[in-house]
Amino acid sequence: MTNAVNPDSPMPDIRPRTLAEKVWDKHLVAKGENGTPDLIYIDLHLVHEVTSPQAFDGLRLAGRPVRRPDLTIATEDHNTPTLAIDRPIADLTSRTQIETLRKNCAEFGIRLHSLGDIEQGIVHVVGPQLGLTQPGITVVCGDSHTSTHGAFGAMALGIGTSEVEHVMATQTLPLKPFKTMAITVDGTLRPGVTAKDIILAVIARIGTGGGQGYVLEYRGSAIRALSMEGRMTICNMSIEAGARAGMVAPDATTYAYLKGRAHAPDGADWDDAVAYWDTLATDEGATFDAEVILDADTLEPFVTWGTNPGQGVSLSDTVPNPAEIDDANERSAAERALEYMDLAAGTAMKDIRVDTVFLGSCTNSRVEDLRAAAEIIKGKSIADGVRMLVVPGSARVRIEAEAEGLDQIFLAFGAEWRFAGCSMCLGMNPDQLAPGERCASTSNRNFEGRQGKGGRTHLVSPLVAAATAIRGTLSSPWDLVQDGTLGHDAVPAVFVPASL
Amino acid sequence: MQKFTTVTGVAVPMRRSNVDTDQIIPAVFLKRVTKTGFEDALFYGWRQDPEFILNQEPYKNPKVLVVGADFGTGSSREHAVWALRDFGFDVVLSPRFGDIFRGNSGKQGLLAGQISEEDAETLWRVLEAEPGIELTVDLVAYTASVGDLTVSFEVDEYTRWRLLEGLDDIGLTLRDEARIAEFESHREPWRPRTLPARQVNL
Ligand code: SF4
Repeated sequence: MTNAVNPDSPMPDIRPRTLAEKVWDKHLVAKGENGTPDLIYIDLHLVHEVTSPQAFDGLRLAGRPVRRPDLTIATEDHNTPTLAIDRPIADLTSRTQIETLRKNCAEFGIRLHSLGDIEQGIVHVVGPQLGLTQPGITVVCGDSHTSTHGAFGAMALGIGTSEVEHVMATQTLPLKPFKTMAITVDGTLRPGVTAKDIILAVIARIGTGGGQGYVLEYRGSAIRALSMEGRMTICNMSIEAGARAGMVAPDATTYAYLKGRAHAPDGADWDDAVAYWDTLATDEGATFDAEVILDADTLEPFVTWGTNPGQGVSLSDTVPNPAEIDDANERSAAERALEYMDLAAGTAMKDIRVDTVFLGSCTNSRVEDLRAAAEIIKGKSIADGVRMLVVPGSARVRIEAEAEGLDQIFLAFGAEWRFAGCSMCLGMNPDQLAPGERCASTSNRNFEGRQGKGGRTHLVSPLVAAATAIRGTLSSPWDLVQDGTLGHDAVPAVFVPASL
Repeated sequence: MQKFTTVTGVAVPMRRSNVDTDQIIPAVFLKRVTKTGFEDALFYGWRQDPEFILNQEPYKNPKVLVVGADFGTGSSREHAVWALRDFGFDVVLSPRFGDIFRGNSGKQGLLAGQISEEDAETLWRVLEAEPGIELTVDLVAYTASVGDLTVSFEVDEYTRWRLLEGLDDIGLTLRDEARIAEFESHREPWRPRTLPARQVNL
C-alpha cells in the first residue's frame, strides 16, 4: 500500500482516525458483513486462575490445542495468600483453582508464573513489567481490569470465560466496533493530587454507566505529564465508568518505560517498533463520538463516600444529601449507599474515621505508588487502632521496594508488609474486612462486601491512604502540612494550595 | 460440536414458568473448575424433593424439556446451559426464553425452541398422559412430534444454521483459519512473544 495520492484516481481513504480505530484496523482478520462482527487478532492473552479453568476444560472436551502458547502467559494472583506463601493454601477452593491452573498450563504449554516466582503477581502488573504490554497491540484477559494495559496505547479488553476459550483456540475474537470518547484533561495537577484523583473525578462526572460501549481515550497536557504508572491507574478504572477500554497514546514516556524490559523489542526491532508506535496517535481532525473535558488545575484529592466508584467527592467536601439528588434512581442508590456505609449526609469527609488502610491492587500497587506513600509516612507512626496492609502488585515490585528500603519504612511505621497478589482488593484470600469495618483503599471497587462481607470501602489515592493511616481519619498530605505533621519543606511534592 | 438435525428421546413436561438461572443451577456451584459434571447441580433445590419430576423413574434419562414461559432469565451464568447438557438435554421447548440464556444455548449445542403457549399446554397433556413417551424434534422441519401430535417451534436462522452445521463459535471462527494464518504471516517480528521467556533484571 502506498500513501501517495494520484490526482486522477478517486480519493483514497485518508479519513483521520483515532488511536482506537488505528489499532482496530491493524488487527482486522476479517471484516464482518450483514451485522456479523469483525474478527480481530489478539496479540497477547493474559491468564489467571479464576476465569481460565472452564476455558481449558472446553478445549480439552473439543480436543483443541492452544493456538499460540507463545502469545499467552499466566500468573496466580486472585487467590494467593500474602503471608506464609511457602505453606499450602488453606482454603480448599482457592487451592483447587491454583492447582488447576498449574495442571492446565503444564498440559497446554503455557508459561506460568507461580507463587514464589519473581514475576508472579497481579496479572495487570505483570504484563507491563515484563515489557509484554506494548503500544498498538491487542491484549485480552478474563478480567475486567485488563483496561489497565491501554495506558501503553494498546487496545486492552476484559473478556468472559467463553471468549477466553475462543482466544485460546483461535487467537482471535469476534467483536463489533466500539464508539470512541475523548477525555481531555488539561492543566497541571497540584502537588498532592494524583492520577487516581483524576480518574475518580472522571467517573463521578460521567457516572458508572457513562462509558458504556465506548473506548475512552485520555488526552491533554495533564495526561501527558503523567508517568506510565499514573496512566495505568487511570486506564485501570475505565471499566468503572462502564467503558470497554481506556487508552493513552504512546509517547517518549511510554518508550522510556519499555526500553530494556525483558520482552520489549531490542536492536533494529526497537527502531521498527518505535517507527510504528509513532504513527498511533489520534490524527488531527479525527472525530470522537463523545467528549468530556476536565480541568486539572482545580482538582483536589478525591474520595468515594458510597458503594460504587461514581459516588465520590473532593476530600474537602461533605457526604452528599440524597434529598438533593434530582434523579430518582440515583437518589435511592445514594440512600442505600449511605445506609450501608453508615454515613450521615453532611458529614465532612475528613471526619470519617477508618479501621484499615489498604495500599495495593492493580490500580495502585506499583513501585511508584509505594514510594509516594512511603515518602509521606517516613518517620511517623500509624494512628491508634488503625491497621495498614501494604501489598505490592508483584513479587518484582516487592523486591524493588525492598532494595530501596521501603519495606523498612512501612514496617517502622506500623504497617504490614505482605507478599504480592490481589489480596484485600476482593478478599478471595484471607485478607478481608470484618463486617462493619471501614477501609481507605487504593483499589478500584467499593461495592458492598467487595473487601469482605459487611466491609465499608472508601476509594482513595496512595497519598490519601498514607495520610489517612497517620491521622486515622480520611486525610490528604495537605492536612498533614496544616496540622504540622509534615513541614512545608519536608516533602517538596506537597504544599497546601492557598485556596484551602 | 455435534451436527444437530433430529433428536428423539424422553420428554419431560415441566409445568413451571419463570425458571431463572439461579433455579437451574444455584450460585454455589459456580466455584467449580470444570465445564462438565454439572448434572448433579441441575435444579439442585427442587431435586431435594422426591416428588420433583426429574426424580421420577420415567424421566431419569430425558432429552427434551418442555417448560413454561420465561425460562433461563436472570444471571448470565453459562453453567445453566452446561448443567442441562450434562444431564442429557438436547432441547428445551418454551414459550419464551431469557435472552442471554438463549444465546448461551446456541453456543453449547442446546436447542432452545420457542413454541406457543397453547402448544406447550397440548404437549404437557400428551406427555403427562403417557409418562416417558418419546418425542422427536426435527430442526430441519422446525417440528416437535409425539404420537400423532406435531407442533412447530421457532429458532433464529443463524443459530439454526450453526446447530445444523455443528458449529460452535470457535468452530465458526476456525472456518476462517486460512485467513488467521495469512494474518499471522504478516505480523511484524517485533511484536511481543511470551515464549521463550526472557529475563532482564532492571
Ligand atoms: S487487584 Fe483487584 S481489580 Fe485488580 S485484578 Fe486483582 S481482584 Fe481484579
